[in-house]
Amino acid sequence: MSLFAPFRDPELAHGQIVAIRRTLANYPGTLTLMEVCGTHTMSICQHGLRSLLPDQIQLISGPGCPVCVTPVGYVDHAVAVVRRPGTIIATFGDMVRVPGSTSSLQREQAVGGTVKVVYSPLDAVALAEKHPDQTVVFLGVGFETTAPATAGALVTARRKDLHNFMVLCAHKTIPMAMGVLASDPELQVDGYLCPAHVSAVIGADAYQVLAEQCRVPCVITGFEPLDILQGVLMLARQIVAGAARVEIQYRRVVKPQGNRKAQALIDEVFEACAADWRGIGTIPGSGLRLREEFAAFDAALQLPVTVEPPREHVGCRCGDVLKGKARPRDCPLFRSVCTPEEPVGACMVSSEGTCAAEYRYG
Amino acid sequence: MDNDIILLGHGSGGTLSHRLLDELVVPLLCGVDPRDQDDSAVLAPVHGRLAFTTDSYVVDPLFFPGGDIGSLSVYGTVNDLAMAGARPLCISVGLILEEGLAVVELEKVLQSLRAAADRCRVRIVTGDTKVVPRGKADRLFINTAGIGVLVHTLDIKGSGARPGDRVLINGPFGDHGMAVLASREGLALTAPIVSDCAPLHELVHDLVTELGGAVHVLRDPTRGGVATTLKEIARQSDVAIAIDETALPVSPAVAGACAILGLDPLYVANEGKLLACVAPAAAAAALAIMHRHAPADTLGPAVIGEVLGERGGKVRMRTAIGGMRAIEMLTGEQLPRIC
Repeated sequence: MSLFAPFRDPELAHGQIVAIRRTLANYPGTLTLMEVCGTHTMSICQHGLRSLLPDQIQLISGPGCPVCVTPVGYVDHAVAVVRRPGTIIATFGDMVRVPGSTSSLQREQAVGGTVKVVYSPLDAVALAEKHPDQTVVFLGVGFETTAPATAGALVTARRKDLHNFMVLCAHKTIPMAMGVLASDPELQVDGYLCPAHVSAVIGADAYQVLAEQCRVPCVITGFEPLDILQGVLMLARQIVAGAARVEIQYRRVVKPQGNRKAQALIDEVFEACAADWRGIGTIPGSGLRLREEFAAFDAALQLPVTVEPPREHVGCRCGDVLKGKARPRDCPLFRSVCTPEEPVGACMVSSEGTCAAEYRYG
Repeated sequence: MDNDIILLGHGSGGTLSHRLLDELVVPLLCGVDPRDQDDSAVLAPVHGRLAFTTDSYVVDPLFFPGGDIGSLSVYGTVNDLAMAGARPLCISVGLILEEGLAVVELEKVLQSLRAAADRCRVRIVTGDTKVVPRGKADRLFINTAGIGVLVHTLDIKGSGARPGDRVLINGPFGDHGMAVLASREGLALTAPIVSDCAPLHELVHDLVTELGGAVHVLRDPTRGGVATTLKEIARQSDVAIAIDETALPVSPAVAGACAILGLDPLYVANEGKLLACVAPAAAAAALAIMHRHAPADTLGPAVIGEVLGERGGKVRMRTAIGGMRAIEMLTGEQLPRIC
């Protein structure tokens, strides 16, 4: 039997849906639930979950696709770095196609830049060892899921005394951004499906302040379709009861205290800073930058380059889509100018992006 | 061959070129005596409509679990001929060699190419060899063109799907693309994935001779995968196609590797698979024929969906959990995602 089959059982799914309907039977209003993580967005579309849920429930996508919230200026910076002679950019695959102001890494590669797709930051360290005469710059993008791996790579590079490995860091942390969205008056989020693997690192306790201060129920939910349906049910029950607690649906992985080892690794290498979120703006304390002890590995400090002034495409509504204020089809560029083939906004590039998910599965 | 690597001179047209051809390429591929080598091959007349196709092969790495660029360049072209219902007759082989290519690698590829041609009973009747400077090609590119004959009067084409047709696939999909990706990127997968690279003309021969006009569409879902090919059929035939996720044969190894990398097996390339749209009454017989040709050690062929009466070229999938979603063409390249 497939590993996934138990999490995709149609009878169990039917049971969850009946329970959701029963819970909402006497509830007058609609429920706006935000799935924070891009993998949730993908899974919801991929398994056709919207077609199963009652109309009363509206699922909106949040800011949890790392590629999508990376500002155009960061891509421009990476483009400027790859244009330096003797530089190799090592990156997770989705960053390659993200459009910058006038170029992208894909384009730079086509005209002679060296861009290597890696599956782990440690692969980038290995690349640096293999090419001692070149500088390997790893694009540190992603949330608390990828930050520990970047931290691990930096610690490894320091231990190996590598001088040609660097990180261009744009790591971000999730809870602050959720707080900003929860207190946005234009946006009425009734409950959060909290990210699965980010929560495996930071733990359920990290959402306590958010749930209490913003009075918004939070359920940490796994990525399989049955996980998501159960997460929706748990949120519906809290909302109907007027509760605002942090609950863990994804018990097989997430603990209240999270992964202490990964947290320690993040702490050792990074410190909090303000971060630019594409479409949302600057959120204080929501980014990670390299600590001073790791300054020698910081590409932003060590490799001075001239970065072109950022230019966003007029009409792109990525920002509203990321905040859950607009569905992709509300954007005038969706499917006409902006397609996965020629993405305008980052939400169309990443397979986890809301626009790409809707384009492919909607 | 005295040299252990290919030099630019091997493409000059002079003595080195002749030695490459006379001592390596020609003996391995077709064995035509130098006295009988002319500018073109002259073929005997054949009875029936002809099918003609060409394809270029640039796979990296040259050798991957389950195949190599040599066998691939034969099966790919043979399969394109077979999808028109044609019996493959002969192929041409164009080689583009990068300066510095190891002769022993070339030899292995040519041996594999010849073995594949023999297995398919197609003759290699003409060819060409060029050498380009280092860096101007990735070691070895191959172009093959093929001619086949249609021994029937059926019109098997992408626009032939009719409402009610059953959609079949002859076995598990996604293996080729994942085998090449895992091999190229050096992914350490615990369950090794082997390419499904194989010729399909014998299967097609049996489908066509035993089911005749009940076979409406044959397509091999290579680049773009099953999803893209289904979408092409739906558009060409101006119908809708509904498939059932629980019926899709995907091996646990492929499903697992795709899940890790954030890829969808429906969009991964295949090299030994075909999708068939057949009249509903012939579906069981078609499935039985596919079973006859399927290796015993993999997941079997399956009826995966149905052609609907509605127009517009849509493809929908009922998901395992009971939801519905649209299937679109592959756009761009499948990129491994961040998390």
